[in-house]
Amino acid sequence: MQTEKFYYDNKIVRNFAYASILFGLIGMTVGLLVALQLVFPQLNFGIPFTTYGRIRPLHTNAVIFAFVGNGIFAGVYYSLQRLCKTRMFSDTLSKINFWGWQIIILAAAVSLPLGLTTGKEYAELEWPIDIAITLIWVVFGWNMFGTILKRRERHLYVAIWFYIATFVTVAVLHLVNSFELPINFFKSYSWYAGVQDALVQWWYGHNAVAFFLTTPYLGLMYYFVPKAANRPVYSYRLSIVHFWALIFLYIWAGPHHLLYTSLPDWAQSLGVVFSVMLIAPSWGGMINGLLTLRGVWDKVREDVILKFFVVAITAYGMSTFEGPMLSLKNVNAIAHFTDWIVAHVHVGALGWNGFLTFGMLYWLFPRLFGKELYSKKLANFHFWIGTLGILFYAIPLYWAGITQSLMWKEFTADGFLKYPNFLETVTQILPMYAMRSIGGALYLTGVIVMTYNLLKTAASGKLIANEEAEAPALTKQVAVHKGEHWHRWIERRPTQLMILSLVVILIGGAIELIPTFLVKSNIPTIASVKPYTPLELQGRDLYVREGCYTCHSQMVRPFRSETERYGEYSKAGEFVYDHPFQWGSKRTGPDLHRVGNKYPDSWHYNHMLEPSSMSPGSIMPSYPWLLDDELDISTTPAKIRAMQTLGVPYPEGYDQIANKDLQHQADSVVKNLADAGIKTVSNKEIIALIAYLQRLGMDIKSNKEVVTN
Amino acid sequence: MSVLVILISISLIVALGFLTSFIWSVRSGQYDDDYTPSVRMLFDDKEQELQNQDLKNK
Repeated sequence: MQTEKFYYDNKIVRNFAYASILFGLIGMTVGLLVALQLVFPQLNFGIPFTTYGRIRPLHTNAVIFAFVGNGIFAGVYYSLQRLCKTRMFSDTLSKINFWGWQIIILAAAVSLPLGLTTGKEYAELEWPIDIAITLIWVVFGWNMFGTILKRRERHLYVAIWFYIATFVTVAVLHLVNSFELPINFFKSYSWYAGVQDALVQWWYGHNAVAFFLTTPYLGLMYYFVPKAANRPVYSYRLSIVHFWALIFLYIWAGPHHLLYTSLPDWAQSLGVVFSVMLIAPSWGGMINGLLTLRGVWDKVREDVILKFFVVAITAYGMSTFEGPMLSLKNVNAIAHFTDWIVAHVHVGALGWNGFLTFGMLYWLFPRLFGKELYSKKLANFHFWIGTLGILFYAIPLYWAGITQSLMWKEFTADGFLKYPNFLETVTQILPMYAMRSIGGALYLTGVIVMTYNLLKTAASGKLIANEEAEAPALTKQVAVHKGEHWHRWIERRPTQLMILSLVVILIGGAIELIPTFLVKSNIPTIASVKPYTPLELQGRDLYVREGCYTCHSQMVRPFRSETERYGEYSKAGEFVYDHPFQWGSKRTGPDLHRVGNKYPDSWHYNHMLEPSSMSPGSIMPSYPWLLDDELDISTTPAKIRAMQTLGVPYPEGYDQIANKDLQHQADSVVKNLADAGIKTVSNKEIIALIAYLQRLGMDIKSNKEVVTN
Repeated sequence: MSVLVILISISLIVALGFLTSFIWSVRSGQYDDDYTPSVRMLFDDKEQELQNQDLKNK
């Protein structure tokens, strides 16, 4: 059999690796800043662009999609070429994939601090960026499938299956969750409302963890761990079995993020059952990874790359054990809304994703540049300081989460809340927040050391941009005639045809079905629940813009400790006009669903100007710009029309008179403030925000007897 | 809660797609040999050279 000579493209791998390092540094630095802001609120600097609610999404998006995302591409582009014994399908597509992804990241880095957000966690980017993500993702898939089709190795190694599952599922998740109605270039409303929005969002959110942070990394594990250990994987059969089990189970687990909320019970239970089952395939992967090192544990002592891998796989095992446990309703009742969850995801993020990436980079750089690693000592230092960082990060937060949750739930012998002031439960855990920042700083230090080490390695060698390889050809290529009709090209390829038509059908079906389905079901089930007034709607958009949901939930769970503290528990019917839902997932501050009418307007005014003036010791940032900036009411008619399209029953032609109502309500808020001795004018942003906060939860608060579900 | 219908049907379509590819992969003999692939991936020409270099350095 004739062997063919070809070249692996290493340049694209290097580019993605550099991008991953750069955005890792940035994303983690922002992470450290938001961690410190919780201890020292002054670090919000009193300006919008650096305030917690805006840059916490910047941190999560940067580490997930920029650091890990580029890490995935680097690993996939390296291993796929070698596993398929061919160069990537198209260098042009590789380049578009690379630069497109970096431009998306840049757009995110600019738009998030500006407050341009959809208000849905891990899917905050606005609609133009969503479209760009879709396009670039398709380019990635095109390039990957092209490479697979022209492979010189008939068998698809298990890692490739993980990559395929990643591509397909992320595409579907992103499309479904990003279904939104644009108002203008910078603003859109989620097509779904309330409970439905929450379900779609966490179906997406959970599967983002599954198919962006887990399956691609398992693929990378199956390539780089055997390579680094120079051992075949412990059981290839197990790898196949756990792959198929994992992808069939993962997609049903999302509702475990919504336990005890207004989501129907059966959907919650479905999520729990699948989450518990997930432990089997997850641990299948973990065991397979660790046992690959059987017989070479002596090498683990010597080889820093293997050390990184061992900790990464162990962290994967721990967080996938913890996940099913947290999905049990009784555990979730304690852990949800607390720092326990933050600790849980960071064991996965810092341990599994971080350490696997670092191990991979330390393995890749000497091979890309044809030189030994610059310093093994520094790499060892990175390993130890990183491991310490994870411990210092996670342990205090577990402690903080459990402590705070127990304080929330504690009653006195007389049946009153022992800690009725929420703030008390926050100041209690501030020392743990401080320790967590130290953990984060240690971890970041390690990454800085790694950057130096890798750059030195790169500088000492020369990039082997095109690595020569040889392999026998697999099948003969079909000859292409020039100038033929493009459709002939597709007809010759039944697989592509099928995939393309499936995609088209999916998109077409979704566009047709989703609006009809959803608009109908948004008909209110509680008679007293009315659409937001124009001023409240504008205020709500400010609430979304400032990222209030990153610290405040709007979901009172049906526990006595919560109904005592906040009021009547939340009902599904109360959220039918919420595009997007703002239930939140973390209570750094108290729940706000029943905050309406709890405080006078003047309280909110002073509180937004300087939170500690109303609650001494508060760690909430101050929002002075809301008091100065003028509300943009030119968008009101467009917003009302959009809401009508989404099925919110404003009267016909209301968009034309909405601003009159808005002005009227704003004047009454100004009058309330004037009565309390505060002089302001009605066109400030704060007025709209106050109107929204005062409306929250009021529809059934003032009208309890109408509650039916 | 009609969105459940959408989510479940989309999830089912994805699952069916995976099922199809699973059946394809079994039928086309992808899994007839569940040992060799794990060893084969370890052999890259350049890789061997580097490993040998490592040994020489020691």
